[in-house]
Amino acid sequence: MSASEICATLKRRQFLQASGLSLALTAGGRVVKVMAASDAEPSTLSAYISIGQGGVITIGAPNPEVGQGVNTSLPMIIAEELDAAWSDVKVVSAPVDASRFGAQFAGGSLSVPMRWDELRRVGATARAMLLHSASKKLGVPVAELSTQDSRVTHNVSGRSLTYAELALGASELPLPDTDDLVLKRAGQYRLLGKRITNASAPAIAKGEPLFGIDVQVPGMVHACFVKCPQIGGAPVAANLEEIKSQRGVLDAFIIEGEAGPYTFDIRNSTRVSPGVAIVARDTWSALRARKALKVEWDTSLASNDDSEQIAAAARAAAKRAKGTEIVRSSGDVTAAMVEAGTTANAYYSADFISHAQLEPQSCVASVTDQSAEVWTSSQTPSAVEQLLPAFLSLPPQAVTIHSVRGGGGFGRRLSNEYIFEAARISKRIGKPVKLQWSREDDMAFDYFRSPLYLNMEGGVSQQGRLVAWQHHVISGSADGQKANYGANYRGQNFPDDLVPNVEISQTLITSKTPTGAWRAPFSNVYAFAEQSFLCELAAAAGRDYRDFLIELLGDDRWFKEGDRNALNTARAKAVISAACESANWGRDLPPGRGLGLAFFFSHAGHVA
Amino acid sequence: MTLNLTINSEVHDLSHIDPDMPLLWALRDHLGLVGTKYGCGIAQCGACTVWLDDEPARACQLLVGQLEGRSITTVEGLGADTLHPVQQAWVDHDVAQCGYCQAGQIMSAAALLARNPSPSDEDIDAAMAGNICRCGTYVRIRKAIRAASETVGAGVAFYEPAEAPVLEEVSS
Repeated sequence: MSASEICATLKRRQFLQASGLSLALTAGGRVVKVMAASDAEPSTLSAYISIGQGGVITIGAPNPEVGQGVNTSLPMIIAEELDAAWSDVKVVSAPVDASRFGAQFAGGSLSVPMRWDELRRVGATARAMLLHSASKKLGVPVAELSTQDSRVTHNVSGRSLTYAELALGASELPLPDTDDLVLKRAGQYRLLGKRITNASAPAIAKGEPLFGIDVQVPGMVHACFVKCPQIGGAPVAANLEEIKSQRGVLDAFIIEGEAGPYTFDIRNSTRVSPGVAIVARDTWSALRARKALKVEWDTSLASNDDSEQIAAAARAAAKRAKGTEIVRSSGDVTAAMVEAGTTANAYYSADFISHAQLEPQSCVASVTDQSAEVWTSSQTPSAVEQLLPAFLSLPPQAVTIHSVRGGGGFGRRLSNEYIFEAARISKRIGKPVKLQWSREDDMAFDYFRSPLYLNMEGGVSQQGRLVAWQHHVISGSADGQKANYGANYRGQNFPDDLVPNVEISQTLITSKTPTGAWRAPFSNVYAFAEQSFLCELAAAAGRDYRDFLIELLGDDRWFKEGDRNALNTARAKAVISAACESANWGRDLPPGRGLGLAFFFSHAGHVA
Repeated sequence: MTLNLTINSEVHDLSHIDPDMPLLWALRDHLGLVGTKYGCGIAQCGACTVWLDDEPARACQLLVGQLEGRSITTVEGLGADTLHPVQQAWVDHDVAQCGYCQAGQIMSAAALLARNPSPSDEDIDAAMAGNICRCGTYVRIRKAIRAASETVGAGVAFYEPAEAPVLEEVSS
């Protein structure tokens, strides 16, 4: 397959032209019809659903796919309310357009909960229109009709029509009143709750071009971008002439960028770090020339972080029971600790780690004086849509963002600096370019999982209850004012609200290494530390950990009624009991074997 | 100088490519065969696994200049009109999450079954140890290999890599 054929394949996959009923949902949550004329510009197609006359029901998935499965789960929500046969459904990625699709991002485990209501309404709206279309065609009341498997059936006569046959008529009907929509009850679901195979599974198994790194556009050249190994440094000079004379190299130049360490700022940052761009006819030529690159770096503004020094500073700070700032306090933790029958203390440390998504970052950018187009795997394409026009001094309508499947995200693709780097290089050379980060670039220039250093102390009363809870959080801080991203103590952690005497404090230590969202920030460290510590404390007091946890959770309470992000003790106790029941907690085990139990609440989920 | 490579049973003239280019980049940038993935470039992740003759190999470590006369199979050449039993098992068991490593996983698994149609769990682990998955799909990978092994054992036509066609005229 040639480069242009691959490009065409990607375009066909992403922007199916359709005829018949096409519905979209506006950012405000209103369902609207869109016309999808057969000669429409592919990029203007904005439908969530389009039903072709051949029976294919194309459903757009509005949020980026990075392996979490939303190209399957989000269309399933629409298909459920639509009563479409899943075998008729063709899934595509929706275009990036906040005016029609709202905030398009993949983060915080939010894709399904944030889209749930609106996608159900989209599906139900289309179903209502198909029912009315059938009612007109068959001359029978809607009440006598039912839907299943992409078909409307008249229950009395047994006559039925396919959605394909009804789509054109449905598209001519007015939109039904949203208040009249009847959404299914959970017991009526045919698709949701079932295991449905990843919609891209066959294409993945065949190795079809699906990922950001697979995008090729006509006339495209390749580039790498070399930044200072000491984060925030800037090139003063480089052997650019020598690099330009290397085989396959087309150009090499310094991009001045902004020197100094940087922080995680998805919404506002269009920051490009200083570095040297090498443009070549293929990836290998760029990577080979890079080996011959010699750069004189100015490191006066660069980070001097040393992870061993940071860890040593944290260990020193942890020797104090309380930090420099009291985050929350209730009762008298010092007195309670003295009175407690059993106390325990433990120190947990977690170092910088990389996201290490298997697909290194890349971006294809095609920037001219009049327009720009980028193809990339970002977890926040809406942020790119928002920021890229001003970055390139172009009007918003001149900039097109294509959201392409990413080979893993884990929070790394929330920040978009590689997109701005690619755009800057393409603008400079006046050609479409694929910027390819090497694996080494990815490891060196991550927004790392922030280190965390947690000093925990607890006291259990003679009666076996947790009565004192003292937690000192030591966090890196670039500015000495606030904790770095992912290191900040975020209020309402278990078991803060459940213990009578509590003191949570924080100490900031200097660290300028950029940190960001790595899977579930803070929780990914805290869950292990908190549960390990409470379990040790229970053991020290001679308590069974299940009983200790259930007792700690106390009466049934929802800390903020109706807020799914607030701990619900009834649900917590239920999952702990269910887990213990299925594991047959307390059973006899051979010597050297044991059963462990942990409970955690995060992202609206109670898990044991 | 000519440089003819047999890839998925087709002969490609790569004389315009630097002979020191790793096969990975020749496949991806020059031949449009992007199923073979770049993950690390140092043979540590397995995302670029192809078959060299009938053995799995890391395309990031094979220099095209050394491959004259050898037969290379990529994921695109594994299943022709129908899916290879391993590919089918990957779909049936919904193995992939992000999917980026899976072409390499499939090539390693298919090579394993070609030489050992009934591998033990230890055989599977040994053969797959060089392919890493950041999403953690290892349990399903093992299940899919077992399922494919049964399909192969049941006599379903199994893909045999074609012999490299002999070039009638090879000029030096």
